[in-house]
Amino acid sequence: MIEILLVFAAAIALGWPLGLYLARVMRGDASRLDVVFDPLERLAYRALGTDPRRGMSWKGYARAFVVSNVVLGALVWLQFMTQAWLPLNPDGAPNMRWDLALHTMVSFLTNTNQQHYSGQAQLSYLSQMVGIVGLQVITPMMGLAMVVATLRGLFGGRDAQARHADGERAPTQVPIERDLGNYWVDLTRATLRFMLPLCLVWSVLLTSQGVPATLERGPTVTPIDASAELKQQHIPLGPVAPMVAVKQLGTNGGGWYGPNSAMPLENPTPFSNALEVLAIVLIPVAVTFMAGRFVRRRRFAALVFGSMLLMSVASTGLGVWSEGHSASAHDIALMEGKEVRFGADASALWATLTTQTSNGSVDAMHDSLAPLTGGIAIVDMLVNAIWGGIGCGLMQFLVYLLLAVFLAGLMTGRTPELFGRKIEAPEVRLLALLILLQPIVVLGFTAIALSFPSITANSNPGFHGVSQVFYEYVSAFANNGSGFEGLGDGTYWWNLSCTLVLILGRYPALIVPLAIAGQMARKKVAPESAGTLHVETPTFALTLVAVIVILTVLQFMPALVLGPVAEHLSLAVS
Amino acid sequence: MNHSPSHLDDRASWRAAFVLAAIVLVGYGFLYSLAGTALGRVLFPHAATGSLVEQGGKVVGSALVAQPFADARYFSPRPSAANYDPMAASGSNQARSNPDLRKRLDDALAAVAAREGVAREAVPGDLVTESGGGLDPHVSPAAARLQVARVAKARGLAEADVAALVERHIERRQFGLFGAPRVNVLELNLALDARAR
Repeated sequence: MIEILLVFAAAIALGWPLGLYLARVMRGDASRLDVVFDPLERLAYRALGTDPRRGMSWKGYARAFVVSNVVLGALVWLQFMTQAWLPLNPDGAPNMRWDLALHTMVSFLTNTNQQHYSGQAQLSYLSQMVGIVGLQVITPMMGLAMVVATLRGLFGGRDAQARHADGERAPTQVPIERDLGNYWVDLTRATLRFMLPLCLVWSVLLTSQGVPATLERGPTVTPIDASAELKQQHIPLGPVAPMVAVKQLGTNGGGWYGPNSAMPLENPTPFSNALEVLAIVLIPVAVTFMAGRFVRRRRFAALVFGSMLLMSVASTGLGVWSEGHSASAHDIALMEGKEVRFGADASALWATLTTQTSNGSVDAMHDSLAPLTGGIAIVDMLVNAIWGGIGCGLMQFLVYLLLAVFLAGLMTGRTPELFGRKIEAPEVRLLALLILLQPIVVLGFTAIALSFPSITANSNPGFHGVSQVFYEYVSAFANNGSGFEGLGDGTYWWNLSCTLVLILGRYPALIVPLAIAGQMARKKVAPESAGTLHVETPTFALTLVAVIVILTVLQFMPALVLGPVAEHLSLAVS
Repeated sequence: MNHSPSHLDDRASWRAAFVLAAIVLVGYGFLYSLAGTALGRVLFPHAATGSLVEQGGKVVGSALVAQPFADARYFSPRPSAANYDPMAASGSNQARSNPDLRKRLDDALAAVAAREGVAREAVPGDLVTESGGGLDPHVSPAAARLQVARVAKARGLAEADVAALVERHIERRQFGLFGAPRVNVLELNLALDARAR
């Protein structure tokens, strides 16, 4: 129990200064570290062919985001399909089949890291170091860049301050697009000044606990007991620690080894487990503090942080109770899928935090969790804004915020506005599109897959079989990546259907809010009056949480009842 | 003032996209991985290379990978869904409601109870369940203590000596805060073999 409190305390104590630092990085403030980073960045900008002083409109920003994703994706896809012919492949991983390579590429490009393969056997060292780690470093920074540009838009664009200083009068609908920042500059600064240094620290800390860091092939040993069935045991090693560091810190979740952080080589000690679970929430927590400092509104940070903390504590508390402190704790199967060195509490803590944050790494097999714990994990992914993925979590939160403001406006009969800018029909139409996309995609694909039992390849019968399929699509759409892994998911059906769901879960969720912010940036700012709805208050925060719960959880209630709830009740009866 | 649209740079820059891809794959992927690997290797050479354990100067395994032990002279590890093969590492992924899981646990309970000569109720859960990765190198202290009598008998050693060895191999919660108490089965068995020599 003390372990859980420590992780939360450390996440907040470290997340706060990190968030403030990140805000300075994203605002482009001068810093003492400029001596180190300025020359590197100048070199990068020259190679990229971008003028760091020139910004982009929301359209230019979104276009740069899409184009950079297309190119990166194509190159990595190619690498996975040809890895057997490339160097650094000591364990002899074969070329990936095109559909598995496509799913793997899209899964890492969308910061999801859903894995239909087992890394130690199916990826070469080079594929892991270049394709996998490269995407694991950059995709969270892409999410961060998109939300930073969105925040700029919601406050009138990057040049809003200067404009007001000029005494410019903004007409109702300004004809020109606003400056939301330079995509290439945002990415470069965030990666070099924030992400990579943090990852290196974590990598070394993890190696100190026993996570491998070597380029040599691991040994093949003869087990001591000659009477045992296994005659040869190959110990797979590799440059594991740097990958695990970025996997945990970057809300990625895709592990080096098949069983992820349940594998002792990937997560050797209880302390490495604490480091890794802290890394899951650290940057998502820091981003909430970053947001407040970035827009220079402390109360905004309080709103975001407070609402997320409330939901996080509720979900984690329920998960830990359900797993290790309710009646199911006395089940002889409690340790099935769990590791002795962690125990039930640390496993349940991980299961809830990894689904809240869109990380998706695991240190215990989710299939074998108590049914209600698995259900809580699904709900966390449906909300997808309890901290959430780096950038994406705050983005989803902004979507809920805009919706809550709109609904509150309807209820009180006021024109809904956020930070002085009106939310009108075009914006609400875009919001509705986003909100409806989730049930259509997730429930639609779940229904199709369940209608053809031959394609689902369930490892478990009954209600849990329903949960397995539902979990897979919820996880794909939330860009989470964890799974009820018993699913036989290395097939054309699973690879291709999940690829589509991954794309639908990532790109609209990042581009649509940016478009809304681009429109809002051009609107006239109405001065605050007695009639203004104040969103940065506890009352509104509770309204917001209620909107989130009602919107996301209730529309999926039938599916949740058919899966985890029914399984829980069937266990209670038998 | 220069707030005209021409101030914005909205070109779809394929060049920037390709350069970024190169920076990401070579720099953020490959070079970062190399840097992390080099730092780890230099600072923690033993931990960075798989925490390998030796017996008589020969590498016999990793302290972080469970080995199978079938002989009565050795302490048994937890059962493995991967048959202790790290290249096939995996959990069972069976749900609590799965009848196959219930049957397997039932059979394992009966087998362990018979092997150790105790009642089924005395068998700790970790000794019959399969771990998340199938390679859990540890068992709980209770699971190790349960096997003391059988191992001592098979080796012709005094029970008290074996029990003392087990107690010495119990790892406490790390820093008194993290995780659960545990015993590394491979290291315990190697210590047993070392006594015999």
